[in-house]
Amino acid sequence: MAGYICLLLLIVTILENLSMFIPGMPQVLQPTSPLFTVLKKGAVYSLVAVSMNLLNGFTGLFSLGQAGFMLLGAYTYAILTVPAKMKDQVYYLFGGSLLKTSLVDIFGAVFGTEGVGRAIAMVLGVVLAIVLAGCVAAFFAYLIGLPVLRLKSDYLAIATLGFAEIIRAIFQWQRLGPITNGANMIKGFPTFTSFNITDSSGQVLFRLSTFVPFLVSSICILLIILLINSSYGRAFKSIRDDEIASEAMGISLSKHKMLAFVISSFFSGMGGALFAMYVANAQAKAFTSVMTYEILLIVVVGGIGSISGSVIATFLYVACSEWWLRFLDSEMVLSSGFKVPLLRNGFRMVVFSVVIMVIVLFFSRGIMGDRELRLPGISARPVRPKSADKGKAAANAAAQTVTEEKSSDEQEG
Amino acid sequence: MKVSGAAVCAADAVMLWYSHVNRYNPGNSRNPVWRSVLHDCGRAVCMRLTHALEKNSMEYVISVLLSGISVGGQYALIAIGYTLVYGILRLINFAHGDVFMVAGLMGIYFTAVMPITLSIPLVILVTVALGFTIERVAYKPLRDAPRMSVMISAIGVSYLLQNSATYITGGQPMTYPTIPFLASTIKVFGTHTKWVVILTPLLVLLLVFLLTQLIDRTKIGMAMRAVSKDFETSRLMGIKINSVISMTFIIGSALAAVGSVLFFTNYPAITPMAGAMPGLKAFVAAVFGGIGSIPGAVIGAFLIGICETIIKGLPSSWDVSVFSDAFTFALLIVILILKPQGLFGEAATDKV
Repeated sequence: MAGYICLLLLIVTILENLSMFIPGMPQVLQPTSPLFTVLKKGAVYSLVAVSMNLLNGFTGLFSLGQAGFMLLGAYTYAILTVPAKMKDQVYYLFGGSLLKTSLVDIFGAVFGTEGVGRAIAMVLGVVLAIVLAGCVAAFFAYLIGLPVLRLKSDYLAIATLGFAEIIRAIFQWQRLGPITNGANMIKGFPTFTSFNITDSSGQVLFRLSTFVPFLVSSICILLIILLINSSYGRAFKSIRDDEIASEAMGISLSKHKMLAFVISSFFSGMGGALFAMYVANAQAKAFTSVMTYEILLIVVVGGIGSISGSVIATFLYVACSEWWLRFLDSEMVLSSGFKVPLLRNGFRMVVFSVVIMVIVLFFSRGIMGDRELRLPGISARPVRPKSADKGKAAANAAAQTVTEEKSSDEQEG
Repeated sequence: MKVSGAAVCAADAVMLWYSHVNRYNPGNSRNPVWRSVLHDCGRAVCMRLTHALEKNSMEYVISVLLSGISVGGQYALIAIGYTLVYGILRLINFAHGDVFMVAGLMGIYFTAVMPITLSIPLVILVTVALGFTIERVAYKPLRDAPRMSVMISAIGVSYLLQNSATYITGGQPMTYPTIPFLASTIKVFGTHTKWVVILTPLLVLLLVFLLTQLIDRTKIGMAMRAVSKDFETSRLMGIKINSVISMTFIIGSALAAVGSVLFFTNYPAITPMAGAMPGLKAFVAAVFGGIGSIPGAVIGAFLIGICETIIKGLPSSWDVSVFSDAFTFALLIVILILKPQGLFGEAATDKV
């Protein structure tokens, strides 16, 4: 499995840097192409979708708090990594931040602020901040889980949704402004593009901005797969299938539900940190219940209880919404002078939601059902591994084939 | 002002009553320290509240309360739709808030082409048709599927309605037409307010009365009660499940349409997301009152509406108005933990 991940990361890195070393590459491989937006956003969303699937699909806890935990992660990351010299500018409404330094600056004091030392400091600071983002989300999940995990299916859903809304309100409170910047966005922290290797004049030498989200989410998804295949994972699935029977088999319901909830929130928090890096800001009003619904629908389209399904669905969903279906949002006049009806701003999302409704109603098992994608070299193992990187590889391959299609389309157009 | 003393007295009276109740029911709260801390906190909050009140006039307090009651009445009309559907299908109809929003949009589009006397009944009719269609298309095929699938389908419908509304309106906030009678102002207790504020609670009470008569006295009402008691058995007894379920959606949508006329007369702009928050709040109201119980939902809705308006009306130096939505959910969680069956709900028993 590790081999597939390395291969995937290699492909992503090569794709990203192709235009750098070989001149005259088609538009789609230029750094500004939607392909890389899709890959970055897909990597971020697939982590969140898989973490939601761990809870909803594998443990049978119908939780709708994902956006709240992403918000916690995003804000933790943002607060901890805004560089000290940016603080006054970002928090100008509140006369500077309460937190005078950042993790990157702390590591910078150890490793130096120039050249390689600066790079090490930034990588360490960012990684630590992402992990802490997960920890904060997990801690809050523990607190929230104590009361709400006793609730059954739809009550749990509405209670977690409510918690996400409460968290959102707290982070918009002006009194917390010196920490959270109130209702304004936090920005200026390291993003994916900060990882591109540049020379002293700022000229990019080697791009790593797509590699980074892929690396973080594939490690996290790998950890989730290992968890699902462990005895804990089997306990989760037995709780999903029959609570009473699994309790009779000696599985502690409260302990395992709490474990699944905390772990899922941990990875959602990390996903939130990655999301903040992707959009280059953290703002509470982005993390509404609509975001949770979107992720839930991705999980459903991929198949509840299938990791590879979630990953494939994420990349399909993101690619459709950010790239392939974009043309639905602008008016189109054919060469014969015929103006295609209905096409205007917002039509893409209507088509999208109709497709999702059709899947929910008629293909309720989604793309993968509860099966996993199998690739040679993995299915032969004694422990049946359920892999996501295969899904990613497939999605990536799909993206590549579409790349070709797209370029041919452009020629026609 | 006298109000301060009165409020502190009220806090004391509530605590006295509470300790009195607990003496005969010691299972509820075993910890007197906790209780006295709660009392002191409650007293402190009351003192601060009254301190804030003294700065404002009595008229301000009355106008806040009046608008709270009217918002509560509008939530009540939505909450009935939730509580009826949940009582029968055990489904949180996430799309209900969006049906309410669509009814608001239809109000705008219909009044643009026809007189208001014609457009309001038409809005109610089309909303009913929408609710009926949603049930037939999105929920009926999943009647025997797990509850989670139906809920996901409801979320999908809500997503579809929101996106369609964005498409049709172009994402711009739309202005609700002023309805001549409802929007005209009136002076009550020294404060100027709109007619809709006075009329809403009365209309709600009338509609609830009619609805309880329908449920208690008619054949279809009896069928609804039977189905909410036991889905399978009533099916075996020959009750036409589908027509009963359709009926609940029809009633719920009609009330939501009436609610939308009242609600959006007060809030001039409608966005595609305008239905989501009132919808969730109305659901919380339904849970608070005990899901399946109509008087419970109405009381819960009034309570939430009043509390929310009070929080919004608190002095702006406190910066708490951002919590007006969060308060509702905090209330939900407290209720779910302390009394999951709600005020008037029946305790559910799980048979193993």
